[in-house]
Amino acid sequence: MSQYGAILVLGGGVAGVQTALDLSELGYYVYLVEKKASVGGVMAQLDKTFPTNDCSL
Amino acid sequence: MVEAGRSPNIEILSNARLEALEGKPGQFVARVHQEPRFIDEDKCTACGMCTMYCPRPVVDTYNERLEVTRAPHIDYAQAIPSSYYIDAKACLRVNYETCNLCAQTCTAKAIDFSQKPKEHALEVGAVVLAPGFGRVDSSVLERFGYGRYPDVVTSYEFERLTCASGPTEGHIVRPSDNKTPRKIAFLQCIGSRDETCGNGYCSTVCCMYAIKEASVAKEHEPDLDISLFFMDVRTQGKGFDEARQRAQEKYGLHVIRARVPRVEQVDGMLALTWTTDDGKSHSDLFDMVVLSVGLDSPEDAQSIAELADIKLNHYDFCKTTAGAPLATTREGIYVAGAFQGPKDIPESVTQASGVAAMASELLAESRNTCTISVTYPEEDKAIEAEEPRIGVFVCHCGVNIAGTVDVKAVRDYAGSLPGVVLYEDTLYSCSQDALKSIAEKIKENRLNRVVIAACSPRTHEPLFQETLRSIGLNPALIEMANIRDQCAWVHSQEPEAATEKSKDLVRMAVAKARLLEPLAQPTVDVTPNALVIGGGAAGMTAAISIADQGYRCVLVEKGRKLGGNLSRLAWTLDGQDASSVLDSLKKKVKDHPNIHVQLESQVESISGYVGNFTTTINSKGKTKVINHGVAVLATGAREYKPSGYLYGENNRVMTQLELEEKLKRGKAFLKNARNVVMIQCVGSRGEDLKHCSRLCCSQAIKNALMIKEHSPDTNIYIFFRDIRTYGFHEDLYREAREKGIVFLRYMPDRRPEVVRRGRGIAVKGFDRLMGEDIEIPASLVVLSTGIAPGDNVELAKVIKAPLTSDGFFLEAHAKLRPVEVAVDGFYLCGLAHGPKSLDESIAQAKAAAAKAVIPLAKGKVAVAPIVSQVDQKTCIGCGICESLCPFNAIRLVKVNKRRKAQTITASCKGCGICASHCPTLAISMGGFTDQEILAQIHAFSGGKCEDEA
Repeated sequence: MSQYGAILVLGGGVAGVQTALDLSELGYYVYLVEKKASVGGVMAQLDKTFPTNDCSL
Repeated sequence: MVEAGRSPNIEILSNARLEALEGKPGQFVARVHQEPRFIDEDKCTACGMCTMYCPRPVVDTYNERLEVTRAPHIDYAQAIPSSYYIDAKACLRVNYETCNLCAQTCTAKAIDFSQKPKEHALEVGAVVLAPGFGRVDSSVLERFGYGRYPDVVTSYEFERLTCASGPTEGHIVRPSDNKTPRKIAFLQCIGSRDETCGNGYCSTVCCMYAIKEASVAKEHEPDLDISLFFMDVRTQGKGFDEARQRAQEKYGLHVIRARVPRVEQVDGMLALTWTTDDGKSHSDLFDMVVLSVGLDSPEDAQSIAELADIKLNHYDFCKTTAGAPLATTREGIYVAGAFQGPKDIPESVTQASGVAAMASELLAESRNTCTISVTYPEEDKAIEAEEPRIGVFVCHCGVNIAGTVDVKAVRDYAGSLPGVVLYEDTLYSCSQDALKSIAEKIKENRLNRVVIAACSPRTHEPLFQETLRSIGLNPALIEMANIRDQCAWVHSQEPEAATEKSKDLVRMAVAKARLLEPLAQPTVDVTPNALVIGGGAAGMTAAISIADQGYRCVLVEKGRKLGGNLSRLAWTLDGQDASSVLDSLKKKVKDHPNIHVQLESQVESISGYVGNFTTTINSKGKTKVINHGVAVLATGAREYKPSGYLYGENNRVMTQLELEEKLKRGKAFLKNARNVVMIQCVGSRGEDLKHCSRLCCSQAIKNALMIKEHSPDTNIYIFFRDIRTYGFHEDLYREAREKGIVFLRYMPDRRPEVVRRGRGIAVKGFDRLMGEDIEIPASLVVLSTGIAPGDNVELAKVIKAPLTSDGFFLEAHAKLRPVEVAVDGFYLCGLAHGPKSLDESIAQAKAAAAKAVIPLAKGKVAVAPIVSQVDQKTCIGCGICESLCPFNAIRLVKVNKRRKAQTITASCKGCGICASHCPTLAISMGGFTDQEILAQIHAFSGGKCEDEA
């Protein structure tokens, strides 16, 4: 039996979401498993980011 | 985030947890338990009626418990998935079978209490762990009065207070009396660098976020007096030291180097007492204290480790090594983000791309076997050709725009403009439900031109263009007016003027929209090879990853052998033998059938565009031509060679790397070494190099400990400015102090000096604690000289890639695109990007490999439709355009024996230089034709929209 072309990403914060995006672009199907009701993690709670004070959303 | 919500190949399982993981690498079965949302994601329109009618209040955890919401709610307006959900713990219907009010009020009939938990058995080839970080235990916060004194808040709570969409709409108030505070203190290292709570490590990010929060607070309330209490100021990231310096000067932040032991309340004020390193004691009163809370390991770290059968380190973060920073102890399971160790956003994003490469290496043979490809409906050319029917959507962006601009007035004004048949306002245009509704309205009203008055097209235009494509309209038929940045933000103090300017911008956008034409969307084929420039640790790692992912690559190294700076290292920061890491990389490169190494070679020229580059390299005097689709820049950097400090004049003075090479050869030279003195920041942080070199502190302490191990009686003194042993490197710093290594802080205006004393040398410095000059006779002086950029200027010119002011390559976006260069098809990793440690270089190299393989794996790249076009009837063949084009994207060809200009569409970046210089106006830019721009200008000056065309 050959390998599966899908990947499980545990955690939907900035790292998990970026992993999922890159994997989908690389030709894989991604299950993004998040324990909360929405993805984004702590970064979604941030107002601005250092050092450019860009909006984090 | 929105992109993840839209991708057909990403399935988001919210309210879900991993229950079991069986199988082996390539063939895992993951059992996932998913709790119901009780609201149907497909039906919910996010109108908010359910929240309004629900009688059950619950604390709003998204807003750090500073606000109350109801059982059915959405965390924030742009949340993905974009539907509401019901907090099952609080809901009366779920728990007691009573109520049901929300279901009755929901007009979309989205509320569904019959939903049951789901059990998924997912067949996956690999697993990526990215559970993030946990919160520091509240008992630690209580030591600083948190919970007892209301005006002691955490940095999370303060973040929400400074946020325009937070509970106070960005007004900073004291929780005790809702008044604006005057004096605020930030206490750093709460739950970090603190063995008493089990967190001996440095959380790495708190110094930066504290400075950011303090700066934002000063923007909101300019009269605030803010003091920040640091042990060391650890702004070692790329460009961070300069940003800190600017913030300190611009906002007048007081930086105090001291650790505050406790917080007391005196007459409604918060009293702090501290001791500075000159031994003096100070105290002061503050209105508010912000605790800069560290990053803990995730609460469920233990259970994740058990389920996934991986090992944790002694702080309960995932165990990894410097040579393989993204691999867990089990094959097929990878780790990214804060679970690997505390880190900031750019590092997390980099690691995320890095693990994508790891999984792609493992599963290369099953690429594209499980994915779904999207097809867009055919373009409706008939409707596009009709008279313009324009729809205008004005975005509130929460309060970002609506807080200043009168959005409803702008919307109604848009309705008065010619050609506009629909005008509406939306709370967040970029949210998934809003995009859905915009698409529906375009169809219902047969719109064929769309104006979005919202934020920057730079970040959001692709999203709206995608929406158009999804309903069969050409993506070029959209125009954005940036009323957030250009009106609400810059004119935040003048709401009326901001509203008027918004109307101007909307009028101009509408005038242009009427003339918009559909543009072709060409794609080009990709040459499925890569070029990697630089054969150090980063270059070799990138080459191996690309090759393992199934693509051929050429590795070009200018030196006579592979290895770069890694070949000079003796040990990695986690104590591994550096040569074993190097040997393993070299072996893989040599043995890999997909990698071709070119030593003693340098790039002479590169032409072409993403997907189709042609590069000429000079290899031992011979010229070779390589065709490739992408290129990775891993050109490294060099150890800075200082002037002064008797370096080069006395053989007892050496750099850290020279010491390391010497230690590698043998320890005999330590036999008679009584005193070793190390000096930090030689060259770095403003002496010759502006930047902080990030790893010299950890490297110096690593070497100092190595000396101590072989020669315990040697005294070691380290002169430093701030010790920046971030993350787990803090363990080294603590061990060094325990072993009696003496740390002496110096200020930049009193740098230590190396002087001759008879036949020996000594270091003169200033002891801040004693308040007196000291002189230490030194058997060895070791200079931590920092990292200077390599010779990047020539290569940067060849590629047309920008450099930072420090001379390192500049990434396309510090946070979102940390390993991409602004020029498409080029990726960046290792020291060429900036100073970093070996594990960081390796993670970044993996990330660059992932990004580089994306175009190769797709096989095609889309060319931006905004390209120049020459009207050959009007062209006189003068050649001005050809000489000015910075991308070699326009050339002269013979047409009927006359010279005519012609655009090379795939190379064109749409900059417009050719069009603006053409003496006969023969060149027009897609999406920016002369007529379109003139219409905008006329609309601005005319005050009303005349038909200039």
